Amino acid sequence: MAEARVAMTVRQPAASASVIDIRGEVTAQCESTLMGSYTEAVSAGASGVVLNFDGLEYMNSGGIGLLVTLLIRAQRQGQRLVAFGLNDHYQQILAITRLNEAIGIYGSEAEALAALAGPAGGRS
Amino acid sequence: MGRSPEEGSQEPSRDAAYWAQPVNKLSASAVPEGAVNLVEGRQLLGPLQGFGKMWQKTYRIQLASGVVTPAEVISTWKQEFARFWPRGNRFYAPLTGIQPGEVALVSIAAGPVKLSTGVMVLYADPESFTLMTPQGHMLAGWITFSSFEEEGCCVAQAQLLMRAQDPISEIGLTLGGHSQENRFWQQTLKILAANWGVDAEAQTEVICVDPRRRWSQAKNVWHNAAIRSQLHILMTPVRWLTSSLRNRRS
Repeated sequence: MAEARVAMTVRQPAASASVIDIRGEVTAQCESTLMGSYTEAVSAGASGVVLNFDGLEYMNSGGIGLLVTLLIRAQRQGQRLVAFGLNDHYQQILAITRLNEAIGIYGSEAEALAALAGPAGGRS
Repeated sequence: MGRSPEEGSQEPSRDAAYWAQPVNKLSASAVPEGAVNLVEGRQLLGPLQGFGKMWQKTYRIQLASGVVTPAEVISTWKQEFARFWPRGNRFYAPLTGIQPGEVALVSIAAGPVKLSTGVMVLYADPESFTLMTPQGHMLAGWITFSSFEEEGCCVAQAQLLMRAQDPISEIGLTLGGHSQENRFWQQTLKILAANWGVDAEAQTEVICVDPRRRWSQAKNVWHNAAIRSQLHILMTPVRWLTSSLRNRRS
């Protein structure tokens, strides 16, 4: 299989929320990177995780499948999952695959964090 | 590229041509002879909109090294997708082939029942393509066909991410449907491999991604293809009679 061409970093801008900054390509090959980043994101006690797609260069259907499995994992752990930084194209992809019904999509990091902080934050 | 906050502009993504455009309801461009179009006006259902346990099933087969490239495998698979299906099942390929957004009608043998349903091509690039199911299909989700090099060998793979759409389909899957589906894709890969003279067996990996059932989606049973396919057959004399009367009047 082709190697993953993605870099992910985790930071925690709020006590209850972590952000995963995604740069590069989200494909099936980045499964271990994404799941490892998620583990790191929730290990410090965050109850919500924000996916930052500002640096997203490419995503195929394997990448969408990864987001589904990540969402299920988050739901089973009682975590909330939201995202920001998706351009119009990728927002359409999440709409057609109906992932946007479960992952809250926001326009900025501040909005995503505010949504997580609120009682109805996120939709996961 | 993803959105750049500095520029505030949005460049077209380099994979834009690979994805289907958003659709509210499906529409088949043509209904081939022998096909039954029960997907017209249906919505797509992802794995999150289904009812049963969520599964990731991966079927893969090794093709001989140096015989064929991943791009050639996918090109052939797209062009002759129907030919690689096991006997007794029909895939009515769209006139334009496996292209993003195209709808294909299918007829599947599910035990004694013939299911008439369809799929939409969600994604297609030179080394993979993905089909997504509409309302009424037994499964909610998608299946990705891909090919890649692994340890010097070309591999063909089919990977499903899906759950049963409704309680009836969930019961069907539990009572032998999963085994039947496994055989279906194992046979498909075996037929595909034979195209390049390879006689091999497919490997199967099944992972339960989510053991929960989503009772809020039990209402999907309204669109169940097994029920509607049987109704369609039962109503054949009525349709024939109506058509004859119309012809006489005109």
